[in-house]
Amino acid sequence: MQDLSNSDCIVIQGSNMAECHPVAYQWVTEARLKGAKVIHIDPRFTRTSATADKHIPIRAGSDVVLLGAVINHILANDLYFKEYVVSYTNAATIVSDDFRDTEDLEGLFSGYDDQKGSYSQDTWAYATDDGSGDDSAGALGTIGGPAAQHEDGEVASDRAAGHEHGSGGPPLEHARVKRDETLQDPNTVFQILKRHYARYTPEMVRDTCGISVDDFAYLAKAVTENSGRERTTAFVYAVGWTQHTLGAQFIRTAAIVQLLLGNMGRPGGGIMALRGHASIQGSTDIPTLYNILPGYLAMPVAGLHDTWDDYIAAIGSKQQKGFWANADTYAVSFMKSWWGEKATAANSWAYDYLPRLSGAHGTYQTTMAMLDDEVEGYFLLGQNPAVGSAHGRMQRLAMSHLKWLVVRDFAMIESATFWKDGPEIATGELVTEDIDTEVFFLPAAAHTEKSGSFTQTQRMLQWHHQAVTPKGDCRSELQFFHELGQRLRALLADSTDERDRPLLDLTWDYPVDEHGEPDAEAVLAEINGYHLTGDQAGQPLSSFTQMKADGSTSGGCWIYTGVYAGGVNQAANRKPGREQNLTALEWGWAWPANRRILYNRASADPEGNPWSERKKYVWWDADEGRWTGNDVPDFPVTKAPSYRPEPGTGGPDGLAGDDPFIMQADGKGWLFTPKGMLDGPLPSHYEPQESPVRNPLYAQQSNPARKVFPRKDNLWSPSGGEPGSDVYPFVFTTYRLTEHHTAGGMSRWLPYLSELQPEFFCEISPELAQERGLTNGGWATIVSARTAIEARVMVTERMTPLMISGHTVHQIGLPYHWGVGNSAVVSGDAANDLLGVALDPNVQIQESKAGSCDIQPGRRPTGEALLRLVAEYQSRSGTTTETGNQLRTGHPASTPDTMGG
Amino acid sequence: MDFWRNQLSGPTNPSVDAAWKDGEPRKGFFTDTSICIGCKACEVACKEWNAIPEDGLDMLSQSYDNTGALGASTWRHVAFVEQSSDRIEQARESGRRLVELGMPSLRSREGSDAVGAPGGSPLGTAATMPQTNGSLAVADVPALPDMRWLMSSDVCKHCTHAACLDVCPTGSLFRSEFGTVVVQDDICNGCGYCVAACPFGVIERRKGDEGHENGKQSHGISIRGSSSASVVDATTSTTQSVGSAHAANSGFANNGEVKNVGIAQKCTLCYDRLGDGQTPACAQACPTTSIKFGDLADMRAAAQERVAQLHGQGFTEARLYGADPNDGVGGTGSVFLLLDEPEVYGLPPDPRVTTADLPDMFRKAGYAALTMMAMAAAAFVRRRP
Ligand code: SF4
Ligand code: SF4
Ligand code: SF4
Repeated sequence: MQDLSNSDCIVIQGSNMAECHPVAYQWVTEARLKGAKVIHIDPRFTRTSATADKHIPIRAGSDVVLLGAVINHILANDLYFKEYVVSYTNAATIVSDDFRDTEDLEGLFSGYDDQKGSYSQDTWAYATDDGSGDDSAGALGTIGGPAAQHEDGEVASDRAAGHEHGSGGPPLEHARVKRDETLQDPNTVFQILKRHYARYTPEMVRDTCGISVDDFAYLAKAVTENSGRERTTAFVYAVGWTQHTLGAQFIRTAAIVQLLLGNMGRPGGGIMALRGHASIQGSTDIPTLYNILPGYLAMPVAGLHDTWDDYIAAIGSKQQKGFWANADTYAVSFMKSWWGEKATAANSWAYDYLPRLSGAHGTYQTTMAMLDDEVEGYFLLGQNPAVGSAHGRMQRLAMSHLKWLVVRDFAMIESATFWKDGPEIATGELVTEDIDTEVFFLPAAAHTEKSGSFTQTQRMLQWHHQAVTPKGDCRSELQFFHELGQRLRALLADSTDERDRPLLDLTWDYPVDEHGEPDAEAVLAEINGYHLTGDQAGQPLSSFTQMKADGSTSGGCWIYTGVYAGGVNQAANRKPGREQNLTALEWGWAWPANRRILYNRASADPEGNPWSERKKYVWWDADEGRWTGNDVPDFPVTKAPSYRPEPGTGGPDGLAGDDPFIMQADGKGWLFTPKGMLDGPLPSHYEPQESPVRNPLYAQQSNPARKVFPRKDNLWSPSGGEPGSDVYPFVFTTYRLTEHHTAGGMSRWLPYLSELQPEFFCEISPELAQERGLTNGGWATIVSARTAIEARVMVTERMTPLMISGHTVHQIGLPYHWGVGNSAVVSGDAANDLLGVALDPNVQIQESKAGSCDIQPGRRPTGEALLRLVAEYQSRSGTTTETGNQLRTGHPASTPDTMGG
Repeated sequence: MDFWRNQLSGPTNPSVDAAWKDGEPRKGFFTDTSICIGCKACEVACKEWNAIPEDGLDMLSQSYDNTGALGASTWRHVAFVEQSSDRIEQARESGRRLVELGMPSLRSREGSDAVGAPGGSPLGTAATMPQTNGSLAVADVPALPDMRWLMSSDVCKHCTHAACLDVCPTGSLFRSEFGTVVVQDDICNGCGYCVAACPFGVIERRKGDEGHENGKQSHGISIRGSSSASVVDATTSTTQSVGSAHAANSGFANNGEVKNVGIAQKCTLCYDRLGDGQTPACAQACPTTSIKFGDLADMRAAAQERVAQLHGQGFTEARLYGADPNDGVGGTGSVFLLLDEPEVYGLPPDPRVTTADLPDMFRKAGYAALTMMAMAAAAFVRRRP
């Protein structure tokens, strides 16, 4: 994080960093004081824009056009960092002849299956040595294991396979790729890239994003002039990029820019993903997600990974380069940590104890399953879906179908009280007496009342020590789950049912203190792992490279191995910054192996020398014969830059001395993803699920691989000038304010924070205020195809109407912290109620940063009249369950282009 | 008369004047509003540390400011000002004129040679440009943005000549060994003279509910009480022992009671923390170092340096407030770097200690002092039981 202060230019896009990450923002402030240029690209002028050198307003959801145009600018003007691009990326790699680009197929890549609404990735593969990508003997880039070969995009999407790449790229069968380092072969990634982005021009940016040609030039100049040997540019994003049906591709576009400019793995470079909560990074590393296991090991899929060998082959091939080739050692150690002695070679490490995925079980699928009475019980732990999740009405109605609901939180959040004071009680859709859900409220301990670690945005674990014991019935999560496990095991102690074995055989023996609180360090030690046999039996592992696939090591999360090296809690390291260099290796502990900048081998040139004195970070010390520098080198430490492996060598040994991307299957940074991205190997612009604009680039309107749910309770407004789209003519976007935290559970119950932002409001431009007769401080009703909510009006020049292809597009800003209920200090309508459910295929994230709505002056109707208003809008727009849910779209050439409304 | 004039409004060392023999170096703030992100952490940290009641859940519809102004229950206040480019241009121009006058600090008067004023760097002086800037940061006039959003965290000025203290009849307000101005809530009798005297509108008596001075507060305090309208009997409200500024934490009532209703309240510059060698809560919480705390001489120097740097970059709108010991209050312990006229932030353009005219009064009417004593006596009589 502090490395941002080394940047010469920082582009903050899809993030309101100053407001949502004010503490981390100190490093941006510092960079700026040192002379860095800070550019904020956002629909709204926010507190981030106020302290940036320049704010560029953008239409929500059009970021790929802007960044694609930056890519085009870099390529067309030869501004890429040649040596870096040729040596460290897959620019020179040749792609299969069978690949077809969106330029050839009206906005689709080759491999699209109309029936399934998903892609097969076979044709995106790298070409083999013999020049063909589809040669079954030597096919590269096809899925790296026998079982996975049969997996299509639909299944991969259901298991949100994108998450599995949280610590490196997807597997390839091996790494014998064909390269043309002159970058001239038309099938090189470089040439494909050039063709793909050729139509992403400054004029396209103007007409699609609403950004002037001058502002685009400013951005393009800033990032290119501040990149290269002497300078580096960083990108910073948050959920303004992720929460779109194209979310993962937004970030991929930035990755391409940064690879072309040579900004990855270097100080002041990179792409900083800002996380929204104290340990959200931790909750994907050791996941609370249905589809991955700790350390980004995939969750097995029924029918695809029926045997341990199938599974191992699917998560990392021994023939591919880099550290994922050792996935078997991570997986066996993981199984040993869960089932100890009961996991043996003979029973495939208790593989049959692991659940198998039978489909998508994300939060939204679960919600819909609740509505169908398929889910009996639900635990809410620090989550307030009645306010914080998309489509609040669907969330609340779904919870009313549960038999039981456990809410563990600090206060009586709206998800705990919806049955008596939620909006649906007011409209009469729910009647308290008729709701059978039994709600258990269990007060939670705060972080000061328990010990544990937070993993923050740069993968750094920081330990917090218990300062006071929790009051009353408040308990830590750790204690709650430990005790829940104990009680369930006691209940089942006499069971002979095979299906209870996984629970009964779990290692579940943590020491507890006099209050029953388990020792959090014992959990950390288990996660770190230890030797099970030999001289060192019982001793902590110091690195994941010590893990074995023979059952002699245990480790709960391989990427965290080292955090308890030497039996010392490294996460608790707190040497002040002033007593060490800026990298601050002795503050906390970052995975993997305490590295602060990933892929930092790329901070040196192919020969191992720093690219420049100014940007010196990690380099090859020829005298010592090792990599050295300001950070833990992210490379085999004694592997010389000149090292070249025998062709076909797999694993870490297969890495050449100039393969810095050691977690990628070919050691290179991927401009083009031959595998892994479910909606295309290159980011292409598609419009949001709801948009006033017709896609100006392709006949394909929205992401053809997105996940839609055609249901009566999940309607969409017509898009892109279709009849009825003028009923919901404006774009809305949701976001957070500094003064509150997400759905408000940690802020709306605190008077000191509530008084700072007491009421739900909408931000609109003076022009829109004029158009709709809205006044500052007055009330407005905002209507989407799902519901209508009311908000106080804030008229501000910080909101700018944008000209999109000659039409004015107004955007409305909606902070989403408030909810309807009687328990908080302040309450109000919930912005997320306006949202519908449509998901990105890679990680199943909802589109909550762009939607369509209308706005009218005055308060919304109450009771049944509210439902009538929403229905009236729906019928006027002619929306049906079909609207917006065709995955594959095209429009006849005769239809006027651009937009309606 | 010069001695007296300086004692009343000119440059002086207030803690020595207040008879602190081996006083600490005078402490103060430098609030650099050019890097403030308006997070309001300073407001919250101050309330938390000093157990100040929440004072209103109204949306003010003034940009992101729902606090309004400094007052008895708001000792830090972050102002939000949205401006369009013509206003920015005016600010830049008015600042440029100040720079041309050789006055980097605001409204310096003749003889302003104190605290190392650099004399105002001319526009575009490259000497103060950060050299890491390379070709992209150009030292000529920065382009005018379409709009800007000013944020500024205001606080008690801890004046060199503090009118609040000068008029306080009970001795409740005193000058600390750090040169700061502190009010002791167990001595204050609620007479309110300081409220009228403060040229910045900082100090205020705490109100109860619906403005009743000894009634209820509209809402509970930080740990929310049983109801949002707990009744407080002002006569039983906490009376602290010596050094009541230290008492903030112990005066915290968990039941929604509001303490010190009717008593004059303002920033203590965290007297209790300074005594322990700690940084004030607001400065410690500030994530961007917009609020800097330290020896006032260092703060003034840092302020001069920063304004010169901004001038060097062409941001002539930058100017200092309170850094000049020859202003109407003898300079303040809280120095600000502003990006527009002080009025824009709700600050008086030409603050003047209300007792500055006393010498004239002496000449005109010899009984001025007597009058003051009488006022003081009256105030004692009015003190609540
Ligand atoms: S600003 Fe007002 S309250 Fe503060 S010291 Fe000066 S006169 Fe007193
Ligand atoms: S110095 Fe202390 S009392 Fe004064 S504003 Fe800051 S936190 Fe509040
Ligand atoms: S804490 Fe600092 S940055 Fe935040 S509002 Fe206060 S002065 Fe500004």
